[in-house]
Amino acid sequence: MDLQVFLLLGQDGIINGAIYALLALALVLVFAVTRVIFIPQGEFVAYGALTLAALQAGKIPGTIWLLVAMGVLTTLIEGARLAKARQLRRLPIFALTHIGLPVAGATLLWLVPPTNLPLAAMIVISMLIVVPLGPMLYRVAFQPLASAPVLVLLIVAVAVHLAMIGLGLLFFGAEGSRTSPFTEISFDIADAPVQGQTLLVVLSSAVLIAALYLFFERTLYGKALRATAMNRVGARLMGISASVAGRLTFTLAAAIGVFSGVLVAPITTIYYDSGFLIGLKGFVGAIIGGLVSYPVAALGALLVGLLESYSSFWASAFKEVIVFTLIIPVLLWRSLNARHIESDEE
Amino acid sequence: MKKTLFAVLLTSAFPFAWADINVGVSVSATGPAASLGIPEKNTIDLLPKTIAGEKINYIVLDDATDPTVATRNIKKFVAENKVDVVIGSTTVPNSLAMTPVAAENETPMISLAGGAAVVEPVDAKRAWVFKTAQNDAHMATAIVQHMSEKKMQTVAYIGFADAYGEGWYKEFAKVAELKQLKVVANERYQRNDTSVTGQILKILAAKPDAVLIGGAGTPAVLPQKTLKEKGYKGVIYQTHGVANNDFLRVGAKDVEGAILPVGPMVVATQLPADNPVKKSALDYVGRYEAAHGKGSVSSFGGHAWDAGVLLGATVPVALKKAKPGTPEFRKALRDALEGVRNLPAAHGIFNLSPQDHQGFDQRARVMAVIENGTWKLIK
Repeated sequence: MDLQVFLLLGQDGIINGAIYALLALALVLVFAVTRVIFIPQGEFVAYGALTLAALQAGKIPGTIWLLVAMGVLTTLIEGARLAKARQLRRLPIFALTHIGLPVAGATLLWLVPPTNLPLAAMIVISMLIVVPLGPMLYRVAFQPLASAPVLVLLIVAVAVHLAMIGLGLLFFGAEGSRTSPFTEISFDIADAPVQGQTLLVVLSSAVLIAALYLFFERTLYGKALRATAMNRVGARLMGISASVAGRLTFTLAAAIGVFSGVLVAPITTIYYDSGFLIGLKGFVGAIIGGLVSYPVAALGALLVGLLESYSSFWASAFKEVIVFTLIIPVLLWRSLNARHIESDEE
Repeated sequence: MKKTLFAVLLTSAFPFAWADINVGVSVSATGPAASLGIPEKNTIDLLPKTIAGEKINYIVLDDATDPTVATRNIKKFVAENKVDVVIGSTTVPNSLAMTPVAAENETPMISLAGGAAVVEPVDAKRAWVFKTAQNDAHMATAIVQHMSEKKMQTVAYIGFADAYGEGWYKEFAKVAELKQLKVVANERYQRNDTSVTGQILKILAAKPDAVLIGGAGTPAVLPQKTLKEKGYKGVIYQTHGVANNDFLRVGAKDVEGAILPVGPMVVATQLPADNPVKKSALDYVGRYEAAHGKGSVSSFGGHAWDAGVLLGATVPVALKKAKPGTPEFRKALRDALEGVRNLPAAHGIFNLSPQDHQGFDQRARVMAVIENGTWKLIK
C-alpha cells in the first residue's frame, strides 16, 4: 500500500464519512428533542435521491402522492383534535397548508413536466416534496405518543421505517437510480485524482454543519430546541411547545436526510432500500457520540467512513462486520465511563 | 340454507373436481431480487391458460427474496392448492429451501435460479427439481473462452459478498485454472455499498488484463464505474445477471464496452437467421413487449417463459397417463420432463435427461458487448 492508495482511500472515507456525519447529527438531534431513535432517517436519504432521479428522468415522483396522502391524514387527525378542543375555525388554514399546497404542487408537476429545469431548481423541488413528510410523520406517528417510553417510540420508528421501505418500492421500483453529477471537473491533489463532485459533498456537509451550529447558537428556534432537549418539562414551563419543537426537529432531520440523498445520488446508485444501511452507519456514529454529543457524533461518523474505506481495501468481504463490530467496544467504553441517566423517568 | 350447506360440503369434499391443472408460482417480486422477480411475475400472465384442452390455474405468490417465505409458499401450494407442479423461485437460496418440500410431496418443481447447485447432482431430492436458467458454469466457460481467445493472462474478480458472488467465483476460478488464466485478485462488496474504492484500488495494484464483475442487476454498475474513474484501461467483463434495461439506464456511459455472456433472447433480433433459438426467442420477446411496452423485456422473464414452454411440452404427455390432481399425474409429469428432447425455448434448446435437469448446451449463450447503450452481439 503506497501513499497514493492511502490518500485515495482516505478521500473516499471522508466523503462517506461526511454523509454519515450529517445523518448522525440528525439522529442525535431527533433523539435529544423527542427521544425517538429515528430509524427512518435513512429513508429520507433514499426518498430525496430517488425523487431527484425521477425528476431528472422527466417522471412525476411517487412521493408527491405520498405527500398529498400524508397531508389528508394529518388534517384528519388535527381536525379530530380541533373538534374536541372546539377550535374548528382553525381547521381551514390547516387544511389549506396541508392539503391545498401538496395538491397544488402535484397539479403543477402534472401540467409542467420538470424535464428541462436547471439542476438547482430540481433539487429545490425534491426538497419541497420530501421534507414536509418529516413534520407530517411526526404529527401522525409520534406526537400522539410524545410521552411514551423510549422503547415504544423505537417500535413505532421501526414500523414507520418498514412502511416507508414498502412505499419506496411501490414508488420507485426495485431498481436503483443515479442522478447526473453536479460537476464533471476533476483535478489532482498530491498525485491522487479528486472528483469535483466529491469535493462538493465534503464542502456542503461542512457548510451544513456550520449552519446547524449557528441555528442552535444564534436563533430563537434553535435555542428553544436546545432547551427542550435539555429539560422538556422546564422548556414547557418557559412556554416552548413540545409539539412545535418535535415538528421542527423532524423538519430539520428530514431536510438533512434529503440533502444527504441529493449529495450522494450522483456518486453511487441509490435503491429504495439503500437508505437504511446509510442511516445505520450514521447511527453507529451517533452511538459513538452517546446520542447526546454533536461533535463526537460527527467525528464518530467520520471514523466509520474511514474505517469502512480502509477495511474495504484489506478485507472487503468483512467490511460491514468490521464497521458494525465497532459498536461493541464503544458501548463497553461508554457504559463503563459515562454516568448513567434514566431518560425514562419524568 | 340446506342447499348452500350441501354445496359447501360438496366443494370441500372435491375441491378440484373439474381436474384443472394447478400451477403454484413463487417468485421474488419484492426484496433484493425484485428486479428479477417482477419480470418473471409479469411473464406468468402471458403463459398459456389451457394446455391440451385442460384449464391451467396459476397461483402466484411473492416470497420477498426470503427462503423462509418461499418454503411457506410451497407448503401452502401443496397442502391447500393441491398443485400439480411448482414454478420458482427466483434465487438459489429460495429454490434450495423449497427443494425438500417438493421432494417430500413428490411434486415437480421448475426453478428459475441461476446456480447449478439447484439441480446438481441429481439425487433423491433433486430428482423432482428442474430449472430453466443457464447454469453459472455455462456462462463462466463462455467468459473464460473469450478471455483466452483474446490472449489474456491475468484477471481480477470482484463480486457480491453473498451466494451469487461466491458461486460465480468458484465456477470461474475452476474454469480459469484449466485455461491457464491467473486470478490475481479476488474481492467482495455488498449489493447496497455506496463505495468500492478500496477493492478497486487493490485490483488496480495487481494490474490484471481483465476484470470480471460478479454482480447482478444495477449494483454491478458501481465497480465498473469506479474502475473507469480510477483510470483502468483493461477489458471489463460482467455476468449475465446484469442483462436488464435498468443496468443500462443506471450505468449509462460508465458501462460502455462491458463484455458479457447472455441468453440468446437478449439479442434475439441480432441473431443470424439460421440460429435455432431465434424463432422461439422472438416469440417471447414479441409477446412480452406487446403487453409491457417496447424495450421492456429482460433476460429473467425469459426463464419463467421457458418454464411455461416445458409445461406446454410435458403436460400433454402426462395427461395420457393420469388425471391432474393425482400423485400419478405428478409422477408422469416429472418423467415427461426428463424426456424432453430438442425443445426450442426463449433461452436455448432443452435436452433434459435423468442426469441433466437443466438441459441447455452452448446454444443457450452468446457473448455480447454494451455499445451505445444497448446489447450488441459479438459474432
